[in-house]
Amino acid sequence: MKNLILIIICVCFFAPTYATDQIKLLSAPVDLDDKSSLQRGARNFINYCLNCHSASYMRYNQLKLIGLSEETIKKDLLFTADKIGDPMDISMQNENAKVWFGAAPPNLSVTARSRGADWIYSYLRGFYRDSSREMGWNNTVYQNSAMPHILWELQGEQFYDKTSNSLILQKKGLLNPEEYDQFIGDITNFMVFVSEPNQQKRKQIGYYVLAFLLLLLVLVINLKKEYWKNIK
Amino acid sequence: MAKIENNKSGGLLGWVDERFPLSSFIKNHLTEYYAPKNFNFWYFFGALALFVFVMQILTGIFLTMHYKPDAEEAFASVEYIMRDVSFGWLIRYMHSTGSSLFFVVIYLHMFRSLMYGSYKKPRELLWLFGVLIFLLLMAEAFFGYLLPWGQMSYWGAQVIVNLFATIPFIGPDLAEWVRGDYLVSDATLNRFFAFHVIALPLALAGLIFGHLIALHEVGSNNPDGVDIKQVKDKKTGIPLDAIPFHPYYTVKDLIGLTVFLIVFTSIIFFAPEMGGYFLEHNNFVPANPLVTPDHIAPVWYFTPFYSILRAVPPIMGSQFPGVAAMGLSVMILFLVPWLDKSPVRSIRYKGKLFKKWLTAFVVSFLVLGYLGTEPSYVWGQFSSALPIIGGGDIATFAARIFTIIYFLFFILMPIYSKKDVTKKVPNRVTMP
Repeated sequence: MKNLILIIICVCFFAPTYATDQIKLLSAPVDLDDKSSLQRGARNFINYCLNCHSASYMRYNQLKLIGLSEETIKKDLLFTADKIGDPMDISMQNENAKVWFGAAPPNLSVTARSRGADWIYSYLRGFYRDSSREMGWNNTVYQNSAMPHILWELQGEQFYDKTSNSLILQKKGLLNPEEYDQFIGDITNFMVFVSEPNQQKRKQIGYYVLAFLLLLLVLVINLKKEYWKNIK
Repeated sequence: MAKIENNKSGGLLGWVDERFPLSSFIKNHLTEYYAPKNFNFWYFFGALALFVFVMQILTGIFLTMHYKPDAEEAFASVEYIMRDVSFGWLIRYMHSTGSSLFFVVIYLHMFRSLMYGSYKKPRELLWLFGVLIFLLLMAEAFFGYLLPWGQMSYWGAQVIVNLFATIPFIGPDLAEWVRGDYLVSDATLNRFFAFHVIALPLALAGLIFGHLIALHEVGSNNPDGVDIKQVKDKKTGIPLDAIPFHPYYTVKDLIGLTVFLIVFTSIIFFAPEMGGYFLEHNNFVPANPLVTPDHIAPVWYFTPFYSILRAVPPIMGSQFPGVAAMGLSVMILFLVPWLDKSPVRSIRYKGKLFKKWLTAFVVSFLVLGYLGTEPSYVWGQFSSALPIIGGGDIATFAARIFTIIYFLFFILMPIYSKKDVTKKVPNRVTMP
């Protein structure tokens, strides 16, 4: 009986996981303490993504959390809104977007939580030329994505090589591959921040709460011992 | 009138006591409520469940102040709570983590009862209250899960409500009546909100009150299953193995509470999604009735029962047998006090047979729980050369075996609990 249970447990927890067709995702360089990366990411995101995608659950003034001053936000980043308390919205209507792209570009406020940072990073690296697609682009991570490669001038043009199952850079872009990786890495980092602006604060508070509870634990253990010393 | 004569307190308390049984209530339920002195680790979870219940009510009140039960606004209003409401993220994480930990605590509490026979005479009604609380808690969690209006909320509700549609004859109409529409929609969200914030919490509060009254009427069981009322102090009439709940168990429960809070806050502050088990990744995508997710799985606390649903094959094209099996897997808990024919309560004095069956049951529950979170192809397929099972999903086959074990634990209980060789129960409890 015991052996049977052991075997069952082993089978359950060490069983090989099922094979998926999913390609391996790259590991995104996420570091929410790196304020300069987040600030570059904010600039890149607002310049390139925020034309078609909204991030409307996020307000501009929350960018102060990544070390930007109110003046900087107003002067350099406030393109799509008038007031610093406004949400990061776009003027494109979903109905129009559906006609133009075939699908409305999704709101990116919490995409880092639904797809994960690695997916976003890999997606932004995965565009390649595909003449069979309407926009002329396809993506290794998200097949037949309706989104054209917005960053192609920066990355250049990749082609998909079937035999080696890899992407080959055929036309150079304005950035070299390392610079491009940093560029999209910053965007990804920023999107992780946008998905939950309070997360750094959350962890900071967490340490204080845990420290308090550990002290409290010592106290209540001794209190219990004191009360129970005569119970046998 | 003896009560008033005994009551020597003057001042404000005396004034209240003449009009309301405050002092006697405190005496009867705390300072002179006598509990066995040998409670161990497993006896923390009842008090903890009460704590989590109160916390869910309190955080729920604050969430209700900012949440909008409207299909157009619900998802955005949750993000508004997460970002714009001061400490809204904390309240929301307390509530979402609280719901998962409520089930952790309740499952451990129920396992304790199974181990120590706390459902046996005279505690049958106490157990029935408990199972009813568990049932309503599942409904409460299910209704609440729709409210964030994410993809998993939406499709999870769609799947569960469609279970009603499998009931022969009345099913489709019943499902439509529950939804208030032809598919899960704004009407469904509004009624689920009403159930989640008022109907079920109110019913739960009432049942919890009944559970506690029943407990204090018959007194707590203990890890030895010894009836402590049999050996009493001749002068005072108080059981020798008993101590007053307050202060002894109030200070002891403080330890349990603090340890619980350490676990609870670690999750809230450092891993609120718990790797997608407490907050599913797909639920950060707003509900879309036109896009069905590839893999719909309920939250982890429903997965053992969901596995049973999936394990039962359809009969004559009807999914109803699976739905019935799932319903039965919960309902069968009501019968436990009458299925157990053992002369002793606690596992400490039961024989090997019971221990083996309880272990098999726990293993089945855990494996079914795991399989319910994964798609049925998770363990691959049998080689097609095998007879009968060839080509089938290994996980489905395993789920069927464990479903059978799950039910056999209950169905065979009258037989093995009778046949089991038990040990002699001592007169007095043993301290841990």
